[in-house]
Amino acid sequence: MTDYFSVIKLQDICFSYPGSDVKVLDHLNLEINRKDRIGMVAPNGSGKTTLLHTIMGLCKPDSGTIKVFEKVLIHEKDFLQVRSRIGLLFQDSDDQLFCPTVLDDVAFGPLNLGFSRQDAIDTARQTLERLGILAFEKSVIHKLSGGQKRLVALASVLAMKPAVLLLDEPTAGLDSSVKEKLVHILNSLDISYFVISHEFDFANAVTDKIYSMENGRILRDDEIHIHRHEHIHKHGKHPHIHK
Amino acid sequence: MIEETFAYGRSFIHRLDPRTRIIAAIILSFATALCDNLYLAVLYFVISILLITMAQLKPVDVVKRLKPLFWFLLMIWIMLPLTVDGDILYRFYGLKITGQGVVLCCQITIKSITILLLFVALIATMTIASLGNGLHRIHVPDKMVFLVLMSYRYISVIEDEYKRLLRAAKFRGFIPGTNVHSYKTFAYLAGMLFVRASLRAQRVHQAMLCRGFNQKFHTLDDYPPNRLNLIFLMGISVASIGLVIIEMIWV
Repeated sequence: MTDYFSVIKLQDICFSYPGSDVKVLDHLNLEINRKDRIGMVAPNGSGKTTLLHTIMGLCKPDSGTIKVFEKVLIHEKDFLQVRSRIGLLFQDSDDQLFCPTVLDDVAFGPLNLGFSRQDAIDTARQTLERLGILAFEKSVIHKLSGGQKRLVALASVLAMKPAVLLLDEPTAGLDSSVKEKLVHILNSLDISYFVISHEFDFANAVTDKIYSMENGRILRDDEIHIHRHEHIHKHGKHPHIHK
Repeated sequence: MIEETFAYGRSFIHRLDPRTRIIAAIILSFATALCDNLYLAVLYFVISILLITMAQLKPVDVVKRLKPLFWFLLMIWIMLPLTVDGDILYRFYGLKITGQGVVLCCQITIKSITILLLFVALIATMTIASLGNGLHRIHVPDKMVFLVLMSYRYISVIEDEYKRLLRAAKFRGFIPGTNVHSYKTFAYLAGMLFVRASLRAQRVHQAMLCRGFNQKFHTLDDYPPNRLNLIFLMGISVASIGLVIIEMIWV
């Protein structure tokens, strides 16, 4: 596979859902290059998921160009070829994991790529081991916990050896131990990724730059001012609510 | 929701290829269903008991599996003896119990229990994943195989969704009763469930496309060729064909 500098490049993308005048994406530009680790913290309904689905070709933009690996993608056929090289982690793991057992699911991608049965099993096992969940290999998916499902979903995406990862709120509904695990896994990856998250701390821990989104456009680091501050006050250790 | 309690075992039946077991179950259940003779039906029943013993399943668990069937049979035993025409066996005020009705009830009882036992012994002893694999290898269309596997995967997700909706309704003071308001609420719940299921189906399909799904069914299960499979299938076929011929000639 030839080396590309630009992995994903969106130019002037406009998108609105059929029957609606609201532009979810409004002349949006985005560039993800090799080794880029980009976070996106933006409010609900700002079009983050639509953006990811547009990159994957699941939503067809009204105008603009989508370039993946420096190739313009227009038809379903073009997207088919690149989809296996872009790993998209869905918001809800139950959408992503549809096979009866964990191993079946993780091997699903490699099998579609034309791997032999044994190669697919080997790849799936290696991926599960890398994420420290090889013990679940034979487990039935609908009996796993939310955190376990998220890790299996990540394994099923990584098993296809993508060149770039798109993660749609990977920490939603997870406890802090699984979050820590995710941070550790993401930081050990050597591919570029784009993380959508509500949690600034998480996004900050796994990415180099943070974008935001407003009115269907992307705001870059220098345009946004997300920050945290620590402070002291009289309630001390007791749990309390800030007003 | 779906417990595969019988699927994990080390018996002779568990080691058979899913394909063999599916075909054997189909042959035997057809032969049983089409049998018209009470004595031969008992023979099929004996075969099913034999298979259950071979699968080394706990009798108590097996009987538990049959529970829903017993309710259905109870209804038949109440209705049929009174409604089938024939020689009167017993008269009770205006009601007549007929011999033919009782015989028919016995037949239905034995045959339905037998078929259920056959499926418990042969099909319930494999995981749903293996069942999908077996169906695929006897050339059932991939779409049907996916339908089976996905129902298995998502039935618990849909159940969760239903419970969540019902809980939300109950938290707002909904008490199910026999009134229009309750019916309407349940209709809303059902409608919402359909909407959510169809939205989820769209998302699942998108997720499948993202991972290069190309309408083909792949499986990881591997069952090495084993002569026992052939012998077992031959045994089952000979037994059922034999019984069918006996019924045709002598009965």
